[in-house]
Amino acid sequence: MDTVIQGVLLGGLYGLFALGLSLMFGVMRLTNTAHGDFIILGSFSTLTLVNLGLSPWLAMLATLPLAWLLGYSLQRYVLNGTLGRDPLPSLVVTFGMSIVIQNLLLELFSADPRSIELNGLNTLGVAFTPELSVGVLPMAILVLALITTAGLQWMFKSTALGRSFRAVSDDREIAELMGLNARKVYALATALAFVLVGLAGALQGVRTTVSPSDGPLLLLFAFEAVIMGGMGSFWGTLAGAMLLGLTQQVGFRLDSGWGIWGGHLMFLIVLVLRPQGLFPKTRG
Amino acid sequence: MAAILQTHQLQAYYGDAQALFGIDFELNAGELVAIIGANGAGKSTFLKSLTGLVKAPSEAIAWKGQAIGGMAPGYIVRQGLAMVPEGRRLFPSLSVEENLLMGANAQRKGPWGLKRLYQMFPILEEKRHAPSTSLSGGQQQMVALGRALMSNPEVLLCDELSLGLAPIVIREIYNAMPAITAEGMSLVIVEQDVSMARRVSQRLYCFQEGLVSLQGSSGELTREQISQAYFGV
Repeated sequence: MDTVIQGVLLGGLYGLFALGLSLMFGVMRLTNTAHGDFIILGSFSTLTLVNLGLSPWLAMLATLPLAWLLGYSLQRYVLNGTLGRDPLPSLVVTFGMSIVIQNLLLELFSADPRSIELNGLNTLGVAFTPELSVGVLPMAILVLALITTAGLQWMFKSTALGRSFRAVSDDREIAELMGLNARKVYALATALAFVLVGLAGALQGVRTTVSPSDGPLLLLFAFEAVIMGGMGSFWGTLAGAMLLGLTQQVGFRLDSGWGIWGGHLMFLIVLVLRPQGLFPKTRG
Repeated sequence: MAAILQTHQLQAYYGDAQALFGIDFELNAGELVAIIGANGAGKSTFLKSLTGLVKAPSEAIAWKGQAIGGMAPGYIVRQGLAMVPEGRRLFPSLSVEENLLMGANAQRKGPWGLKRLYQMFPILEEKRHAPSTSLSGGQQQMVALGRALMSNPEVLLCDELSLGLAPIVIREIYNAMPAITAEGMSLVIVEQDVSMARRVSQRLYCFQEGLVSLQGSSGELTREQISQAYFGV
């Protein structure tokens, strides 16, 4: 029971890792291989704001508009130029960013793992039964993941912005014929994805420790969650993240070295048995 | 009367391959002009150049005297030039109504809106929340036509409205044309069905290998003239 709950809670955090990746891939078929490193950048920017004297809560909030700005300009001035029929340019460019970010953070902050202190909330727990105690913070993260997923799904389905996202994803040429500026729509999608990345980074820094070289592993988790959940649905992505968190926790319970390996194994099993993912939203 | 839309020696390329070799074309306000021609004659390329989807030299296309060649498609649709693309190309992940609303992005004022379209094609109101992919070919063509009308254009370009549709459906769609042109809108239709093109249009252009091989009043051109211009024999 304890393992299941811990797994679901971990899945909530992984869900936040994965939603941004899912959003960018869904709207512009762009795989951001620096996704994990941007999450870590989010952690360190929150950390820096705390060191500058901001309260941890304020620092987390302040990271979000910064992330929006970074995402918007990155897409507008760099990534838009890499989009086309060939996925290779965007992969190479984001891979390059991944290396630059890792080394920049290493240079600025050293390789020491750090974490963001939240006035004791980090370790605060609620005891449901004498044997079962659940952390307040992981629960809050799970609730946040649920709210974010529901919000994204609603935004995609019911708002004009969501309609534009789906339209440029379906047929960019015709969307432009209708007067949409696809480059601007893409920039908004990335800006939104980066807010999720910033949030995920800040929460990762609060929940555990972060160091500059953590990014690629987080990218892998996010990637596995998106693929297992199935393309095109945010709830699918969250479900994939839950499955990943759950499997990792079961693995950790069996042997402390098996957790992450167990997650990869589950990813492989899903790929073999159900390559389209658990909840694919097939199109057309 | 000055032409609302005019091209002068318009040339267009797909990569290195030249598709249009100097087209002179004119459309007057309120006119319905048809373009006919064999596959590969450059009809679709011509419409795509007009709407900015295929690059064109600036001075080659004039909209009310203003050079608009090579402008962004979004700019051109806001001037009042809309297109129903070949093959309909609805957004598959959008519902019928959402597809129509995309057409309103240009934010031009005018008589066309959801209400008016649903009056013209009641079946679309019935299926407004259905995915656009669940519609029949004819219904999808109604959506594509309606989506272009939602921008309240002054000139509407229709690329092969009848492609892949049953004759009775084609008639139903063309029956809507008088209601569209009644407001003073000008139409350019590209059509494979030559007799249909002659019947509905006032003037006619025949394209052949990227050039205009024949033009004239639809009523006065003879069958022989048209078939010679069409096949080039």
